[in-house]
Amino acid sequence: MSIAVQSVPDARGRFGPYGGRYVPETLVAPLEELESAYAEARADKDFQAELESMLRDFAGRPTPLQFAARLTEHLGGPRIYLKREDLLHTGAHKINNCIGQGLLAARMGKRRVIAETGAGQHGVATATVAARLGLECVVYMGTEDMDRQRLNVFRMRLLGAEVVGVEAGSRTLKDAINEAMRDWVTNVRTTYYLLGSVLGAHPYPRIVRDFQSVIGREARAQFLKAEGRLPDFLFACVGGGSNSIGLFYEFLGDAGVKMVGVEAGGRGTRLGEHAARLAAARGFSGARPGVLQGTYTYVLQTGDGQIATTHSISAGLDYPAIGPEHAWLADQGRAEYTAVSDDAALDAARTLARTEGIIPALECAHALAGLIERAAKINRDQIVILNLSGRGDKDMEILSRYV
Amino acid sequence: MRLAPATMGEMAIAMTTRITRCFDALRRAGELGLVAYITAGDPTLDATERIVPALADAGADVVELGVPFSDPLADGPTIQRASERALRSGTTLAGVLGLVKNLRQRTEVPLVLFSYFNPVLQMGLERFAETAATAGADGVLITDLTPEEAGEYRQRVAARGLDTIFLGAPTSTDARLKRIAESSTGFLYLISRTGVTGARDTLPEDLPALVRRARAVTSLPIAVGFGISLPGHVSILGGLADAAVVGSALVAEIEKAPSVDAAIAAVGERVRLLKQAATQGISRREARP
Repeated sequence: MSIAVQSVPDARGRFGPYGGRYVPETLVAPLEELESAYAEARADKDFQAELESMLRDFAGRPTPLQFAARLTEHLGGPRIYLKREDLLHTGAHKINNCIGQGLLAARMGKRRVIAETGAGQHGVATATVAARLGLECVVYMGTEDMDRQRLNVFRMRLLGAEVVGVEAGSRTLKDAINEAMRDWVTNVRTTYYLLGSVLGAHPYPRIVRDFQSVIGREARAQFLKAEGRLPDFLFACVGGGSNSIGLFYEFLGDAGVKMVGVEAGGRGTRLGEHAARLAAARGFSGARPGVLQGTYTYVLQTGDGQIATTHSISAGLDYPAIGPEHAWLADQGRAEYTAVSDDAALDAARTLARTEGIIPALECAHALAGLIERAAKINRDQIVILNLSGRGDKDMEILSRYV
Repeated sequence: MRLAPATMGEMAIAMTTRITRCFDALRRAGELGLVAYITAGDPTLDATERIVPALADAGADVVELGVPFSDPLADGPTIQRASERALRSGTTLAGVLGLVKNLRQRTEVPLVLFSYFNPVLQMGLERFAETAATAGADGVLITDLTPEEAGEYRQRVAARGLDTIFLGAPTSTDARLKRIAESSTGFLYLISRTGVTGARDTLPEDLPALVRRARAVTSLPIAVGFGISLPGHVSILGGLADAAVVGSALVAEIEKAPSVDAAIAAVGERVRLLKQAATQGISRREARP
């Protein structure tokens, strides 16, 4: 891996100009405490062994890297491998980060964890790990998301978590994060904020990336074993960006590996109709660098700096900012970002179900839709890894309207 | 007046702000100051233009004007709703700066702009600093900006002669309080408790210790805010701090009032009672020989 890649973020949590720590003063001390606790944990063999054991025995790692023969044939383009994060316990990659941070919370002596959730996958994974580790758990969720992901609300409650509905703003992920931060700033001495994506103030984008980078480490080794070379493309969906950075990170130093992040194009290119922060080249409007919820990154916003509402059929992608490391990778030209519509994602979900017998989450159906759109332009001798970050069980109500 | 070394050269033009003069006068009188916060544009900018002079007339020593933001993560429900009302009536940062300019025709009360960082960043730091100073603002406080991230902001705002006020919190170490105070001019704003803005029944027990920690690292005036709503709170602060900040309690009056006139009467009455408690309570000077 190149030095430039390894060196980010810097000591102040900067990925190039992006990232940093824009928080109320009350949260600086706990963020510093988290930073040093994480540094100690990283260097601690016992912590690493516990993490590895829980990822294996509780979550089900390693996940398979599966050659998708019928999908490949159907698309008639590059050969496609699927990284099967959907097979993990709780049904998505979110559990990787929750196990890591859950162990960290326990190690720091925090007996109460709080989390935000959009699609509900991070909330479920947090509730699951909290139950496993015997921690109290409160999950904040926008009421709009509670409506469209009802099954996950039931799952969290069954796992013993308290789910608090958030009525503010657009009643989605952004508003859930605000409310979680209000809880944290109030109960800061006893509570661990288990943030679910590569967002927020330093050190969260780095911690979440590190815990998710197991995806790319496994995929790289599995791919080398299967094909004896590196892949040509990586495809992943990007909401906050944790599954995509988890896949991309290990390959950043491999110059020949192209990376494509697929955002939510929603139902149009006008501000408010989509959640595409880095796809301005495709006509999606309203994204500029700004500060939201602790970090400096591309944010969908109005001309006078109010955060815009977003739309996506996928609750997990319905968020106005993107992880700061993605903003930096985009500026560097190291990764490329595109966006696909709600309809394209739904079509892609159906295609995967019928060619491979896998019903994907609507989030990673976006990644597949991005690949489908591009497949004709990629040579048949090239190979793609697509991160199948979650399964579609949670989306059955929405999908059932489109069968 | 304390300034960033990088801006010293430009400071020949800067005068002592109304904020510093106000706190000097309060200290000489041995009197606790009252800082009144309201959200600008709640429910409209026209209403705010009428409410601010009323606050000053009722005894507010400094007025903080909250710039509404879509995602006020440091605020409790009362100020969140005020932000929503202000945004619904079309309030922007540019509009708030226009309000400041209008207010300066009507009152000399020190005005502090209280904002989240993104609207200021989007306006552009230089344009913001210049417009705010020209309009007649005296200081700026950014809720989600700490000295570590404030380098360019602080330089540009200070260079225009505006006070840069930063927040100290109960979780701040002594070393951090020192750094925060060194980055602040005008006064230091101490957050009384861990939590968001909003009225509470009692003051936290560890507040005197927090104020003492801050006194040990700075000679700046200290204003205490978050959760202060009752005359009793203000009386207690009289022996401790240089000023009490009251926000949500006033915003709640505006929310409840059936008209702007009623809002003016209600906040005026609140401020009079609080200021009475401030002047009748034990002054800091008397409490600390």
